[in-house]
Amino acid sequence: MNNQTTTTPLNFLNHQTGLWSWLTSTDHKRIGLLYMYSIVTFFLVAAVLGLLMKIEKSAPGETIMTAQTYNALFTLHGIIMIFIVVIPGLAAVFGNIFLPIMIGAKDVAFPKLNLFSFYLFLTGAGLGLYSQFANGHSPDTGWTFYVPYSAEASSNVVIALTAAFTLGFASILTGLNFIVTIHTMRAPGMSWFRMPLFPWSLYATAWIQLLATPVVGITLLMVIAERTLHVGFFDPKLGGDPVLYQHLFWIYSHPAVYVMILPAMGVVTEIFPTFSQKPVFGYVPIALSSLAIALVGYFVWGHHMFTSGMSYESRWFFSLLTFLVAIPSAIKVFNWLSTMYGGSVDLQPPLLYAISFIFLFTIGGFTGLTLGSVATDIQVHNTDFVVAHFHYIIFGGMGFGFFAGIHYWFPKIYGKLYSIRWANIGWGILFTGFNLLYFPMFIMGIQGMPRRYFDYDPKFQLGQTISTIGAIILFTGLITMISNLIYHAYKGATAPANPWHGVTLEWQIPSPPPHENFDEIPVITRGPYVFDNPHTTK
Amino acid sequence: MTTMFSGASNLAEGVDRAFIFIFSVAFIFIIAIVALIFYILIHFSRKKNKNPQQFSGNTTLEIIWTVIPVIIVLIMFYFGWAGFAPMRKVPADAMPIKVIGRMWVWSFDYGNGKISKDLVVPLNKDIKLNLYSEDVNHGFFVPAFRVKEDVIPGYNNYMWFRAISKGTYDIFCTEYCGLAHSGMTGKVIVLDNADFDKWFADLKVSDNTVHPGLAIIKQNACLTCHSLDGTKIIGPSFKGIWGSKRIVVTAQGEKEMEGNDEYIRRSILDPNADVVKGFNKGLMQSYKEVLKAEDIDKIVDYFKTAGGQK
Repeated sequence: MNNQTTTTPLNFLNHQTGLWSWLTSTDHKRIGLLYMYSIVTFFLVAAVLGLLMKIEKSAPGETIMTAQTYNALFTLHGIIMIFIVVIPGLAAVFGNIFLPIMIGAKDVAFPKLNLFSFYLFLTGAGLGLYSQFANGHSPDTGWTFYVPYSAEASSNVVIALTAAFTLGFASILTGLNFIVTIHTMRAPGMSWFRMPLFPWSLYATAWIQLLATPVVGITLLMVIAERTLHVGFFDPKLGGDPVLYQHLFWIYSHPAVYVMILPAMGVVTEIFPTFSQKPVFGYVPIALSSLAIALVGYFVWGHHMFTSGMSYESRWFFSLLTFLVAIPSAIKVFNWLSTMYGGSVDLQPPLLYAISFIFLFTIGGFTGLTLGSVATDIQVHNTDFVVAHFHYIIFGGMGFGFFAGIHYWFPKIYGKLYSIRWANIGWGILFTGFNLLYFPMFIMGIQGMPRRYFDYDPKFQLGQTISTIGAIILFTGLITMISNLIYHAYKGATAPANPWHGVTLEWQIPSPPPHENFDEIPVITRGPYVFDNPHTTK
Repeated sequence: MTTMFSGASNLAEGVDRAFIFIFSVAFIFIIAIVALIFYILIHFSRKKNKNPQQFSGNTTLEIIWTVIPVIIVLIMFYFGWAGFAPMRKVPADAMPIKVIGRMWVWSFDYGNGKISKDLVVPLNKDIKLNLYSEDVNHGFFVPAFRVKEDVIPGYNNYMWFRAISKGTYDIFCTEYCGLAHSGMTGKVIVLDNADFDKWFADLKVSDNTVHPGLAIIKQNACLTCHSLDGTKIIGPSFKGIWGSKRIVVTAQGEKEMEGNDEYIRRSILDPNADVVKGFNKGLMQSYKEVLKAEDIDKIVDYFKTAGGQK
C-alpha cells in the first residue's frame, strides 16, 4: 500500500473509480452496497404500492383503483417485498459487507460467485418487474401463487414464477458462499465460540437458504410445467392435488421467514453490547438458539394450512411444533434485555431501532402464538390479523433490524456521520406510523375482516381509515430517515474509525474500510465482546 | 342488522377461551418487557451509570427462562387444541348441507333440488357443511361462529356447528379467488324451528339441470375473465353475445362482426384474431388443445339457446 502519505487514504469506495469498477467488482463490500442500492430502490417502489393499497382501502368500495388493479398491486407488493427485499435483504447487504470483516477475512470464499449471485438477483428482480408489464396485464395471484387459480389465471404467472425461481438461485449461492467462508476463512485463533453473533446468525440463515430454497424452485417449475405442458401436479382438473402445492410452497416459505428474521436478530445482538459497553449476556444460548430456530423452523410449515383440510392429527401436531419454535426467540429476547441490564446505556439511533425491534418483534411473536394455536388460528387465518402479524415480524423485525444496522454501520461504511437529531425524528414518525398502520389490523382480523379484500363491509371503516392514516405517517418517516442518511453520506462530518466504541473487528479498521479490509490478518486470542476499557462519557 | 362478533355457535366458547388465555399472557409479558426497558434506560443510562458491570451470563437464569416459556406455550397449545378438537367431531345426526363455492358466489344445496343463496339454519340444531368448489380454492368463514375451512376442488372438506343465537351473520370467502374475491360474501340466517320449517317448505325446487355448455364454461374458468351478467372484466361479457353486433380489431384493422357460430368458434380457437375493441390482445390463449370439438358445440349451443341471449 503506497497510500499512507495522501490526504484521503484509499479505501474500498475510492481505490478504483467509475461505474464499471463497481459493476465488475468482486469486493464483498462493494457487492454489499450494490445489493443495498438495488434493494432499497425496490423497497421504496413496493412501499409506494403498499401506500396506494392503503389509500384505496381508506373507504369501502372503489376509491382510487379498480379491483383488478388492487389484486395486481398486492401481488406485486408481496413479490417484491418477499423475494427481492426481505429474503435477500440483510444477509446480502450487511452479511456481504461485514461477515468477512467480522471474522477477520479479506473477502468471502468465492468472490466471483458472489458477483454472479448479485447478477442472478438482478435478473430475477428484472423478470419480476417485466412480468408486471408484459402483454399489458399483471399477475393477480398473490405472492403465494396458490393453485388452481395460478394454474388458470390468464395473467403473466409464468414470468413471475421464473423470476422467483431465479431469485431463489441467487439466495442458494449466497448461502453456500457464506457457509464455506465461515468454515474456512475465520482468522487464526477465532474458534466457533469466539465468532461474533451476527456471523453466527448468518451461518444459521445460510443453511436454510441452501437446503430449503431448492424446494420452492422445484415447486415453481412444476407450476410452470403445469401451465405450459398441462402436466397434472396440482390442478385437480388435470388430476393433480392443490393441497400438495401448499405443502411444498410452505416447506420453503416458512423457513424463509427465518432467513428474514435471523440476520436481523444477529444485527441487534451486535448493537446491545456496544451501546451498553457490556458483554453480550448468554453468548452460547444466543448462538445455539439461532441454530435451533433454523432446525425447528423446517418442521412447522403446516401451521399455514390449518384450514386446508389436513387431517386432525397433522393440525394439532404442527401446532405443537410451532409453539416449540417460539422458545429460542424468547430466549434471545431475555438475553438482549440482560445484556443492557447493568450496562452504561447510551440511547443512540441504532439502539433506539434495536429496542423498537424487541417491542415490535415481541408483539409479532405473541400474535404468532395466536396463529400457532389451532382454535384461534381457525378464526384469524387469512384475515387482516395475519397481515398485521407478519408485518410486525417482517417489517418490525427484519425492517427495523435493517434500520438499526444501517444506523450502526453507516459511519463505518461511508466514513461519515449522520444527524442524530434527524435520525431520532425519523424514528419517531416511523414508529408511530407503523403502529397506527398495523395495530388496527389485529382488531379487524379478530372481528373477521379477510385479507386480500379490495372492498369491505362498512363496519370496518374506522379501523381501515386509522390504518390508512398510519400508512401515510409511516411513509413520511421512511422518507425522513432515508433523506438524512443519503444527505450525510455526501455532506456528513468525517466519522472516526470507532464512533460507538464497539469491540468487534470491523471497528478496529479504518472507516471506510480499505480494499482488502486488513493489512495484516488479526490473530484472535479471546471472545468477541470483551470491554477492557468501557467508554462511558458522552 | 348483522351481528359481527358475538359468539353465536357452540364452538365459539372454546375458541374465545384460547384467545383470552394467549392475549392475557401476551399482555402481561409485553407490559413487563416494556417496563424493564424503561427501567434500564433510566436507571442504567450513560449519564447515571459510568461503570458498566461486565457479567456475561448466568446458567440458572437461562434454565428458568427456557423452562417457564416452555410450560406457558404448552398450556397455550392445550387451549388451542381443546377449542379445536370438537370442530372435527361431527355429531352423527347432524343435518347435512352442501356448500357450493364458485367465482364469486356461494350457494347452499339442501338436497332434492332445493338450493338457496343464503345459508338458513334452525336454531340449536347440529349442521354439517360439506364444502364443494366448482373452480378454484375458496375459504368458508363465519366469524361469529368461529368456524373456517377451505373449499378446495377435488377435496371433501367439511365443517360443523350448532347455532345458539338467532340472527343474521356474515359469510366471507377467505381464500383469494380472483377478481371479485372480496365480493364473495353471504349470510347465515338462524331461525327458530317453526320459522325454519316454513322457510324450507317455501324454498322452491330450482331447475337443477345446468346446461352442459355452461358446465364446460365453468370447468374451464372462462368466467374468470368473461362475466355472465354484463360486467366488464378482462374479456367481454357473455351476456347477450348471440346475435349482437360488435366492433373487433383484426390484423387488417377494425370491422363489425356478429356473435354467431363462426365468431364464437374462432374466439375460442384463435382468440387473438378478432379482439373486441376496448379489450387487450394476448391475454387469452387458444383452447384448441384443451376443448374437444363436441365441447365447443355445447358451448355454442348454450349461447344460442340460453346464456347468450339478450
